[in-house]
This record gives sequence, structure tokens and C-alpha cells, in this order.
Amino acid sequence: MITRRPSQIHSVYDVVVAGGGPAGLAAALGAREQGAERILVVDREPEAGGILWQCIHAGFGLHHFKEELTGPEYAQRYLEQVLENEIDVLTDTFVADISRDRRLKLMSGGDGIKAIAARSVVLGMGARERTRGAIRIPGTRPAGVMTAGLAQKMVNMHGYLPGKRVVILGSGDIGLIMARRLTLEGIEVAGVFEIMPHANGLSRNIVQCLHDFDIPLYLSHTVAEIHGRDRVEKVTVAPVDEKMRPIPGKGWDIECDTLLLSIGLIPENELSRQLNLRMDPVTSGPIVTSTMETSMDGVFAGGNVVHIHDLVDFVSQESLLAGRSAGLAVTGQRPPADNIRLSPGENVAYCVPHTISTDRPHTVYFRVRKPLEKCSIRFGDVLEKKLGYVFPAEMVTLKVQPKFLANFHGDALSVDVVPRD
Amino acid sequence: MSEPNISHYLCIGCPLGCRLEVEEDDSHDIVEVRGWSCKKGERYGREEHTDPRRMVSTTVRIEGAALARLPVKTADSVPKGEVQAVCEALRRLSVEGPVKMGDVVAADVAGTGVDVVATRSLG
Repeated sequence: MITRRPSQIHSVYDVVVAGGGPAGLAAALGAREQGAERILVVDREPEAGGILWQCIHAGFGLHHFKEELTGPEYAQRYLEQVLENEIDVLTDTFVADISRDRRLKLMSGGDGIKAIAARSVVLGMGARERTRGAIRIPGTRPAGVMTAGLAQKMVNMHGYLPGKRVVILGSGDIGLIMARRLTLEGIEVAGVFEIMPHANGLSRNIVQCLHDFDIPLYLSHTVAEIHGRDRVEKVTVAPVDEKMRPIPGKGWDIECDTLLLSIGLIPENELSRQLNLRMDPVTSGPIVTSTMETSMDGVFAGGNVVHIHDLVDFVSQESLLAGRSAGLAVTGQRPPADNIRLSPGENVAYCVPHTISTDRPHTVYFRVRKPLEKCSIRFGDVLEKKLGYVFPAEMVTLKVQPKFLANFHGDALSVDVVPRD
Repeated sequence: MSEPNISHYLCIGCPLGCRLEVEEDDSHDIVEVRGWSCKKGERYGREEHTDPRRMVSTTVRIEGAALARLPVKTADSVPKGEVQAVCEALRRLSVEGPVKMGDVVAADVAGTGVDVVATRSLG
């Protein structure tokens, strides 16, 4: 394990980061870069690095490191940088509570409960997978129903295979990656079922994870029922109507002992809710300013806890900003406050950050509601950018330079994605 | 003249996922790649038709470490048809920790001429 136990736990830190995944590690480095001295990253696993350790496939780092890395390589590069920068990383420890005056309760098996205080806090708790309960699949409740990410951890880190014949529900990238992974380990994958009329994962994964191994993908289909007493024995799959309900009489049974769910991620915001942060109902994450500060002074957030990202590179980028801002808040060099609110307009589900300023460049991330080809992003009437295509599954990034806002005197800008004539 | 010989591919270059058609003549030379919307797609169709290659990432057993499996990858791409053989060969392999990221755990795996390296340090 790549870990170094801090020589002591201080009672006060400049910056405490909750979560040692890609978001937390980047945030800690950002805080160090801006002059914060005592920095602590708290992670509940025995080793920081988060989900990356189990994502053994390649495809990470193309934006950040300019080369294609596997998840573990990306994690190790970051973690080594954090340790080289003398940042304390406390593993096997849980942030149980954060108060409004930034006092934290840490909990671990070895040390019990410890109270510390922080000048700035960065929330980097990431996300957790949606489970069977989130979509209420009818049927019995046998063993063998699990999320794709859990199966990934079992197979790739602990060396356990989840079953012998598997059905996968959901065509998100984790589900597709697991279809290939299990096939290569000698497990039979009976098929991938997707309730939407289009696949959710990258076409690269459709080709290299499904087509390469002749694994069928059923679009507009779902798992209608789970059967089995102690262990999954079979599932009933069925096509769905336009309201996404299984069509009666059209289903069929597939014998299997395992059902993997790859049906989306939910930002893990228990701490944010305890803090009563203002939340965005669309992202399920906190509302943030252009410095990634939440509605509470000195509490910043970055990565999947704010909104679900497709690429770890953007998690790192966003969280680096959150960490830098946390560091600047400690040294008393906050940039000017935001004066423009962004509102998601036509075909835009949400924007992050929720506000920007006119004095410096900003990167705005957003997601569209429906696919469009040959379209334009309209940023109020100050900026228009042409795009060849947009997809809900692919986050859109827009750089906004201060010069575009030089003659803008309003306090709100609408972000729209419209077809080009 | 015989029927044109056409193969179908899904382009992986971007989320558009263009449906490509590669037409070849009787001597298996490519006549035309159709269906792309950018030059990347045309190149991908050509390569995927003549010499499809894949990077392989999997795990091997590791002894004397905190985890049971060590993640590894091929240092270069291997022909698509050799992916299963590579995984088969690695399934029989067991390494002793500690291992450093980038260490070669299997040289010339399954006769592909490609080495397999560790993608993390573990021990």
C-alpha cells in the first residue's frame, strides 16, 4: 500500500480535505501550491486514490498527463506527488461530522473519535453507485445482485469472481468495462440491457468491450423481475414502451447467477446536507461559486460530489481549483466575489459553477438534455460557440474569457444550446 | 464481376459513433471507406479492417502483498485475436511482492513480442 501515517494529528489545520480520491488528492496539491501549510487528507479506505485503483483499464489522463494511463497509474502518480509535498494523508478514517465553524470529527477503528479544526475545508467525497433500491426492480431478494463497481473491486483487487453467468443492466461505461473484464476472466456474460433507446457508454467501449466478444446489447430493454431464493437463478428481461415500462407478454427469462447494475452514480453528500449547504436539485451536489466555494464560508467542493463527471481528468482540474481557492482563503487572498449568476436555458440541464465573475477567465461545465448535431452554445448574447455535436453523456466545457464580459452589465446569463440553421 | 465485399465498423473516435463501411476488392485491397464524418474515422476504419489491435489490461496473482491481485497491462497493443491468449497466459502467472509500477512481470507474453508491466507498486 502507498501510504505514510502522519507522525501526529494536529488540532488545527489550514486545509482539511474530506476524501482521498482523485478530487481530494488534486485539491490537497492545489492548497499546497497556494501556500497552505498544514494540510490533511482524510480517507476511509486503507489507501488513498479512490475508485482509480480498481479501474485497471486504460483511458485516463489524456487531458491531464497527455498520455493514456490506467486508473492505478493515474492514482499512483497523484498519490506520490501528494506524499512528496509533505501533505498528511490519514487513511482508514472517516469524516463523521463537520460543523458550521469548520470543526471536524474524525472516526477510525484505531484512534476512535478525534476532534480537529480547519481554516478551510474541501469536500471531495465523490459519488456512490445507484443500487437496486433506486430503480425498484421487482422480484425476490437473493444474493448475486450487486453494482458493477463492487464486482470490479472484487475481481480486480481482491481476486474473487462474482458468479458464473452474468446479466448486466445499464450500458454506462462501468457496465461495459465489466462485461469485457468478466469475459476475459472466463465468466459468461449473457447480455447488456439498456432501458434508453441509445447506449450510455462511449462508442469505444461498445466496440472494444461488447462487439469484440459478441456480447449482445439490448436497447430499450430492462430487467423486469429477479428470480431465485438464496441466489439469483434467473432474471426476466423485457422491452419497454415509450414510458419505459416493461411491455407485458414480451419478456423472456435468462438463466444467470449474478445481476450487475450499472445504472448511474449519486454524489455522496451526507456531509454537505449535515452542513445545510445550498444544493442544486439537478446535480444533487452543492451550489458553488467560480472558486468552487459552497454556500458556506470556507467550505469548498470539487469532483463528483459537485456533479458527476465522465472523465477523471476534469475531476482533477475542478478539484485543483477548489484546493487552490481553499489555500487562498487561508492566506487571505480571495479573488473578487462573483457578480453573474448562470442559469441553464434551452437544452441545458445544469451549469457548474453556478456563478462567475467578470475579472478573470472561467471554465464552465454543463450537460445537455438531448443530443443535437450542428449546434451552437449561446452564452447570453456575449458569446456563441459552434459545436459539431452534443450528447447528454458527454459533459461540455466552455472557456469564458473576461473580454467577452467587458460590455456586459447584467447580473444573470442564460446558457443555451440551440440548433444551427 | 462478383458482389462487393463490405465490412461494417463502429467508429470509436468520438461520441458520434459513425457507422463505417469498408469495401475491398477480390484481392483484399481496400477500395473505399465510407460513412465517416472526419478523417480520423476514415483512418480508424482502414486500421480496424486491416490490423485491429488492442491494449490488454488485466490482473495477476501476487503473493506477499496487501492485496490479492496486481493490475498489469501490455506495454504495447497486441493483435485483437491474441487478447484471449494473453489473458490465458497471465492467469497462470503468480508474482512475488514487492513490485514497482512499470516492472516487467511477463516478457514476450503468449509469443506476441510484447511485455506485460505492473500498473502500480504493491508489496
